[in-house]
Amino acid sequence: MSKLDDKLFANRYKSYKETHLKVTDPEKCLSCKDKPCTYVCPAGVYAWNELENRILTAYEGCVECGTCRYACTYKVIDWQNPKGGYGIQYKFG
Amino acid sequence: MEKFDAIVVGAGPAGLSAAITMADKGLKVIVIERGDYPGAKNVMGGILYSEPTAQIFPEFWKEAPLERPITEESYWFLTGDSVTKFGHRNQRFAEEPYNAFSVFRAHFDKWMGEKLKAKGGLLICETVVEDVIEKDGKVIGVKCGRANGDIYADVVIVAEGVNSMLTQKALKMQKMNMKEDYLAVAVKEVIYLDEEKIEDRFALEKGFGATIEVIGDSTKGMVGTGFIYTNKESISIGTGALMSQLIKSKMSPNDLLESFKNNPMVKPLIRGGETKEYAGHMIPEGGYNAMPKLYGNGVLVAGDAAQMVNGLHREGSNMAMISGKIAGETVIAAASKGNFSEETLSSYQKKLEDTFIIKDLKKYKKSSEYFDHNPELFALYPELVSDAMYTFFNVDGTSKKDVQKKMMKDAFKKRPVMSMAKDVYNFWRVLV
Repeated sequence: MSKLDDKLFANRYKSYKETHLKVTDPEKCLSCKDKPCTYVCPAGVYAWNELENRILTAYEGCVECGTCRYACTYKVIDWQNPKGGYGIQYKFG
Repeated sequence: MEKFDAIVVGAGPAGLSAAITMADKGLKVIVIERGDYPGAKNVMGGILYSEPTAQIFPEFWKEAPLERPITEESYWFLTGDSVTKFGHRNQRFAEEPYNAFSVFRAHFDKWMGEKLKAKGGLLICETVVEDVIEKDGKVIGVKCGRANGDIYADVVIVAEGVNSMLTQKALKMQKMNMKEDYLAVAVKEVIYLDEEKIEDRFALEKGFGATIEVIGDSTKGMVGTGFIYTNKESISIGTGALMSQLIKSKMSPNDLLESFKNNPMVKPLIRGGETKEYAGHMIPEGGYNAMPKLYGNGVLVAGDAAQMVNGLHREGSNMAMISGKIAGETVIAAASKGNFSEETLSSYQKKLEDTFIIKDLKKYKKSSEYFDHNPELFALYPELVSDAMYTFFNVDGTSKKDVQKKMMKDAFKKRPVMSMAKDVYNFWRVLV
């Protein structure tokens, strides 16, 4: 098992209907050269969408480490705790 | 409105230790946890040390959910095709009170939660604390993200972990002193394997465990480490690197872990295993320099939220538990005076200064910045060690005198003798 998707599939999640991760100023992403969120997130939540010209977030796979908030070049990622009881529920941790 | 003596935010090692300490003395305590159960949001390597844990739960090893008592601890200097090992096994570690255990936070924290309930503490899960409630400049409660979610108490202990949004609000800080070179990003897989296979592969006696901390290729030369810990019927394997270095190297933490797992020295240990969980976690490595204020009017901060981690020694949960315990004791003392002012609660800081927590954090306060600026220690030195050991063990008709000369020459070719002397000096200064 090596693909990230397979690994995330092994995790236990209770997904909430709304995202707990938001890019507050998507304009900033346009001038962000490296887009560290797209590679530094352990769960690969952030991806650049060429068609829409913006970052899309697959928040359902978030492992709730909080890295994106600090790695974002322009600090425009708003990371909140998911609603109580939702998000990842570690079996081992 | 029901009022408590103390509210604890977060059912991790810090929060539950604080709550149990207070409940034990008859205080009316409530712990608020955002996960389904204590541990649902908690991640560590995870090695739990016996002595600090026993300060809160005497003889915990007789009933707590533990994986294996650790009898062997090793360091590996890893390159792409070699490993140089340094380790220690001791039978004394196999006897009570033991030194350390491999554990799963999700199991251990759930157990701590039960212990709290047995002492009369209240544990509320599935609830996010969104803000503190203040009156006349004093914290008097918390606001939870649910209907009728305002809860009041004399004091609030914030033990929310590394993502310390509430800490910032409770202490009215403009910004936490957290930045990319003060934080490490760690990922871990729990890989299932037969008990017997684990014991054979790590040459362990039945039921006992080993740890390996890995420097070098495990982080592709970035500042950080890899780790391999044995659990009862699984192996915890992970990598952690400074965020600043991951960003620079444009590497994803998962790719780093995959490369570590596929290193020919590591691969045979996990062969045939099945991944049951993939975790990610931020580790506050800023130490003393990154610590927020630890107390305010009606509020205390403990554990990771207060950046209490000694990354060099793999210690965090012990600091969390002991800081939680001291926070609890501070509240007990404040309650006996009926005074929860900033001045009264400042004794928390003073008590911490006398413990290993602040002493150790001060001692290593320059380390993460130093390593971030001198990453060659993690890239170059494992290679140098490997070259030297290869020359030492390789028999090819060279005289031993020439072997020794070659070892020195090869090493100084890669790192001039003056630079090496400087490294040793700086390394010494940062660590000793």
